[in-house]
Amino acid sequence: MTLLDIVILLPLAGFFVFLAVPRNNPQMTRWAALLISVAVFVVSLGLVGPYWFANPAGYTFSTNVPWIGSPPIRYHVGLDGLSLWLVLLTTLLTPIAVLVSWKHIDHRVKEFFAFLILLEFGLIGVFVALDLFLFYVFWEVSLVPMYFLVGIWGHERRIYAAVKFFLYTMAGSVLMLAAIIYLYNKSGSFDYLEILSQIQTGRLAFDGQQQSLLFLAFFFSFAIKVPLFPLHTWLPDAHVEAPTAGSVMLASVMLKMGTYGLVRYCLPLFPNAAHNSAPWIAALAIIGIIYGALVAMVQPNLKKLVAYSSVTHLGFVVLGIFSFTQQGLDGAVYQMLNHGVSTGALFMLVGYLYERRHSLEIAAYGGVATPAPNLSAVFMFTTLASIGLPMLNNFIGEYLVLQGTAQANFTWTTFAATGVILSACYMLWMYQRVFFGKASGSVSHHLTDLTAREWVAILPLLTLMLWMGTFTQSFMPPISAQNARILDQTKQLGVERVHKQGPGVPLAEARRGR
Amino acid sequence: MGDNFFPTGAEYFRILPEMILTVAGTLIMFFEAVLPESGKRILGPLSVAGLAAALCAALAANNNPGPAFQNMLVIDGFATFFRVLVIAVGLLAVFGSTEYLRREQSTGGEFYALILFSVVGQCVMSTANELIMIFIGLEISSIATYILAGYLRDDPRNNESALKYFLLGSFATAFLLYGIAWIYGITGSTNLVEIRRVLISAAAPPLVLTGTSAALMFVGFGFKISVAPFQIWAPDVYQGAPAPVAAFLSVGPKAAAFAILLRVFTTAFGSIAVRWEPFVWGCALATMIVGNFAALQQSNIKRMLAYSSIAHAGYVLVAVTAHSDVGGAAAMFYLAAYAFTNFGAFAVVTYFSRKGEKYVSIDDFAGLAQRQPAMAAMLAIFLMSLIGVPLTGGFFGKFYIFKAALDADLVWLTVLGLLNSAVAAFYYLRILVVMYMNEPGASVADLPPVDGAMKIAVYGSAVATLVLGIFPSLVLDFATKAALK
Repeated sequence: MTLLDIVILLPLAGFFVFLAVPRNNPQMTRWAALLISVAVFVVSLGLVGPYWFANPAGYTFSTNVPWIGSPPIRYHVGLDGLSLWLVLLTTLLTPIAVLVSWKHIDHRVKEFFAFLILLEFGLIGVFVALDLFLFYVFWEVSLVPMYFLVGIWGHERRIYAAVKFFLYTMAGSVLMLAAIIYLYNKSGSFDYLEILSQIQTGRLAFDGQQQSLLFLAFFFSFAIKVPLFPLHTWLPDAHVEAPTAGSVMLASVMLKMGTYGLVRYCLPLFPNAAHNSAPWIAALAIIGIIYGALVAMVQPNLKKLVAYSSVTHLGFVVLGIFSFTQQGLDGAVYQMLNHGVSTGALFMLVGYLYERRHSLEIAAYGGVATPAPNLSAVFMFTTLASIGLPMLNNFIGEYLVLQGTAQANFTWTTFAATGVILSACYMLWMYQRVFFGKASGSVSHHLTDLTAREWVAILPLLTLMLWMGTFTQSFMPPISAQNARILDQTKQLGVERVHKQGPGVPLAEARRGR
Repeated sequence: MGDNFFPTGAEYFRILPEMILTVAGTLIMFFEAVLPESGKRILGPLSVAGLAAALCAALAANNNPGPAFQNMLVIDGFATFFRVLVIAVGLLAVFGSTEYLRREQSTGGEFYALILFSVVGQCVMSTANELIMIFIGLEISSIATYILAGYLRDDPRNNESALKYFLLGSFATAFLLYGIAWIYGITGSTNLVEIRRVLISAAAPPLVLTGTSAALMFVGFGFKISVAPFQIWAPDVYQGAPAPVAAFLSVGPKAAAFAILLRVFTTAFGSIAVRWEPFVWGCALATMIVGNFAALQQSNIKRMLAYSSIAHAGYVLVAVTAHSDVGGAAAMFYLAAYAFTNFGAFAVVTYFSRKGEKYVSIDDFAGLAQRQPAMAAMLAIFLMSLIGVPLTGGFFGKFYIFKAALDADLVWLTVLGLLNSAVAAFYYLRILVVMYMNEPGASVADLPPVDGAMKIAVYGSAVATLVLGIFPSLVLDFATKAALK
């Protein structure tokens, strides 16, 4: 059992511990949740070790044991530079989500934290699974607790939002399941590395149409999760209705499941189709960037504004991925983490405001800076990080994406760059309306400054914004190394495939082989 | 015939489960007549003992496989799989109904006896290797269930349910019998292996005759497994029948009917599979669509589960369409997973409905999670399994079925089936929403504690659902070995 297995299984064990905690003692439940999630985080820090010192190639902390005999499904997990930071992001944000829910969640406390810990289990699993089937299992497992988190502890239209979220994801993932089964039928394995090596060596080959369909089945499922325009409509609903912790986990980690899937599966497994459809996807990403920003600008609701800003940020990530350049991909992966840190923080701060004033309407605020200077300062810092101020984290990611995209197609860069300007517009305008001006009676009455617990929850994220914006080299080497490998896998095939395979032939051959 | 006209001991041993069940059922009827009121409490335990003994006998018989009674029955892995399944369902049905019968003041031995007789019929169906035996098994099982559907005879809903079931059921059985007559006429045999031999021989009868008899028999089976367009009866019957009976009807007889469908169509009509495949393809798709889209509209939970069980029959039919051994194994696994899942869901509904089945509307479940978290969690597991969320049996069932379908190149059926299962998620989620996310209403205010036998039924089903979802190999390996080639 490796350290990674412990990181995966500890939340699951924690979930079962929760089932045993007495229902009538919410305070004990909160402490138990904090204890478990902090323990997972501390253990997960150990995963950084090898990458910080040596930056190994390939997968570390691998475990590969059979789970189901026939068809051969294995518990195969492993860590590489791509998944490393996403796992850490998950383990860091879970205790933070526990802290922000401390007071906010006051009914059915036990179930809430049980679902939160179960969510952590599913999310970590998604990022480290190296068996396609196992990946699908974790993918679906993470869906269920989030459905309940939104549906039970959300705001007024929570049920609509929860069901919409579930059905959107489900509709996408069943197609992915069909594609996974199809891949298995052709390759005889669910193992990601096995399938990848078969594709690399040409033992497994698809003609153009097959590859496009398989690519689309995966892509559709991931694009819903990202969410890419025009599949994004579940996101504002889910975010607005979710409790703060739900929004934080959803924005910071769950959306990354989609972009992670694109990098991990769509690119190396179907390089040709990925290259061919890149212009379309880039167009959608750019539309998402601009559309998201414009819609965010006119939102009267704080959470909806931050939600649409996610559509913009994730548009950058997708654009970076489909630029097929080292900088673009590095920027995209870095931007996944940045978005997790800064948008997570934004949702927390909006949650802090909501707990005080019980409203998400921008119009209900104004002049908050007077009664709550610390909260305002922290919000300002996060806002600046989110709009990509140099020295803070988002700047690095966006810059790299734009540079990478410029190498691929300068027109894309031109359009995408407007998103940076627009994001400054809507964020600063929102900040001005909420925090400046004269405080009305209800604002100055309700809005107290940050409490110690709230400071503890937000400080790690503020630190990271600065750290990731200044000492990029603490994080980037493993990401770059892995991205270089992925680009290598994606490129090689793009060249070979066209010459070698006539359409139609490989299908018949593959069938006869089985 | 000659020497082996008299069955050997081994042959009796092979049908020991049926014998045990028949004796137990008869004893229960006898005790019901002679025992004083106070002594009748032993009838429930007696039926459990009979079923448990039959379960052991069915497992033991698997060590000594082979034909029995001049090839009329055959005990192979396939038969054992279904015998064990239907007996297990019978056990759950007994556990799931005691409290209900007490509540409705209708405790009586005949209920248990009828369950046992119905299980006998299903066991015969599972083992039958010959059309007449199939017919006899089907009739034994059906007649018992017709009576069970109308068990509370003073309740008009029960009467309606039983009458509809009986009339339409007899009508469908007539089709089956007519099909059997045809095939006997053209091949001169009712034995499945013999029919297969004739159909692939040089002297094969014209396809139009074989096809007609296969179609007639498919109508008969299709009715029992509620395949569109023969599914009309199911919602009315399930809604009207007592809840534990609906639970039993939706799984036991259905599994056994699928057993004979698989056996007849793979063994006897295997050679003309390319001919019937398109028809079954259409039926599978229609069944999934009719079941799922009708279920979307329902407000009564029993009726919704009835439509959902139609949809699930459609998924199994996808595996039948694949007509491969992988497909057969997938269908078997699915039926097992579905049996425990659906029975469990119905059992929770049974518990919840209270006297006179007062609370069977989906909205009545509002806030169940806050009043009875354990039962709500169990129902949540069953619903997740019906949706097909990983780590439940229902997920692996769907996975194996669609894998078999893709193996057989049924790409469109797979895609449409999977999209159907996404539609289905919507109506199952509605119950989860009501249970977990709505505030408790009057209907959950006076929930009684859960009775011990009901606990066994519900927790037993939940454990089986999860075991099939986490360690599917336990059952799938057996099914793969046992699937008909």
